[in-house]
Amino acid sequence: MNDLSTSSQITYRAVPIRPGVIRRIRGLSDQALAWLFITPTIVLLLAINIFPLVWTIYLSFTNYRANRPNAPTLWLGTDWYQSILTDPDIWAAMQVTAHFVVWTVLIETVLGFGLAFLIDKKFRGHGLWTTIILLPMMLSPAVVGNFWTFLYQPQIGLFNYVVAFFTGRGASSFQMLGDVTLSPWAIVIVDAWMWTPYVMLICLAGLRSIPDYIYEAAEVDRASNWRQFWSITLPMALPFIMLAVLFRGIENFKMFDMVNLLTGGGPGSTTEVASITLKRAAFESWRTGYSSAFAIILFVTVFGLANIYVKALNRVKSR
Amino acid sequence: MNLDVNTSTPHVSLTSRMLRRGPLEAIATAIIAAGVVMLMQPFFLTLYSWSFAVTLFGTVMFTIVSKVRE
Repeated sequence: MNDLSTSSQITYRAVPIRPGVIRRIRGLSDQALAWLFITPTIVLLLAINIFPLVWTIYLSFTNYRANRPNAPTLWLGTDWYQSILTDPDIWAAMQVTAHFVVWTVLIETVLGFGLAFLIDKKFRGHGLWTTIILLPMMLSPAVVGNFWTFLYQPQIGLFNYVVAFFTGRGASSFQMLGDVTLSPWAIVIVDAWMWTPYVMLICLAGLRSIPDYIYEAAEVDRASNWRQFWSITLPMALPFIMLAVLFRGIENFKMFDMVNLLTGGGPGSTTEVASITLKRAAFESWRTGYSSAFAIILFVTVFGLANIYVKALNRVKSR
Repeated sequence: MNLDVNTSTPHVSLTSRMLRRGPLEAIATAIIAAGVVMLMQPFFLTLYSWSFAVTLFGTVMFTIVSKVRE
């Protein structure tokens, strides 16, 4: 009560703006006023995005090491780029990344589109099922990584027991995260589990955008359900599927957190995706110049893919 | 009264047909895609070595041609 009575006694006094200031603001042209408003944003963007990028490009041509900031920095030209692009170990890391990207995108697209196709039909409890399917996508990758580590435990892990139930093998006879053959698939399964709902959402938007009259016309022409799917549903949802494929492709190309939590790149280097190699070069070997060059190579690849993504997005928008 | 009407479409050269945003963007997209495939393929180290140059070329080309008239 006291607080209320105190606050009610507060009086607000208008601060007079000096006429000189008003005159100066009124004197500005529209363009000057626009610049005045967007300058803070531009400065912030330059400081947060552009400067680190330019600095990384500069470092990629030098022998700079972040753990020896006072050591003399030598200009090496394109030596790091040549070294990375002829290194069979980095090439192997790219192939691990390719395995991860190709399989996750393929599985997520097929399952996501299938789920969207099912959810698009009206049935009882449709909203509840949509929410349940979307749950994994809402979790943090750190949480997902940790609880899948428990699920993959050979002694107590639920995943091993389920596989043992269906295959008849002993539950602790195999290790998903410790086996050279199984560990790449273990991370594919987790990523597919987490991100299939996202692909489903995009595909669902595509399916919902198809007008009903097209199906009605097809039914008048006595087209079978199979024919309707191949001639109407799939072609019209294709731009959305492409969008999901590109987005997941770009995201998985950069994947770090989940793989780091699940396997840390092991066993050996069987799950060492490009971002894990980059982290090891930058913060374990402290080869800052080398890792900057590697980061620029990955950046250009992602930037190129993002261009294609934006083009696909514009095509979807123009529909 | 002369009723002759010229119904033929105006002649557009191959160069001006090609120098439009659409085809140029498609070419740049194909070059970027080729670069990414070269980066991740497991068959030839030489292709991997040239992948960055190809992707960079495609990306720069895409950035430039996206400013070309429609």
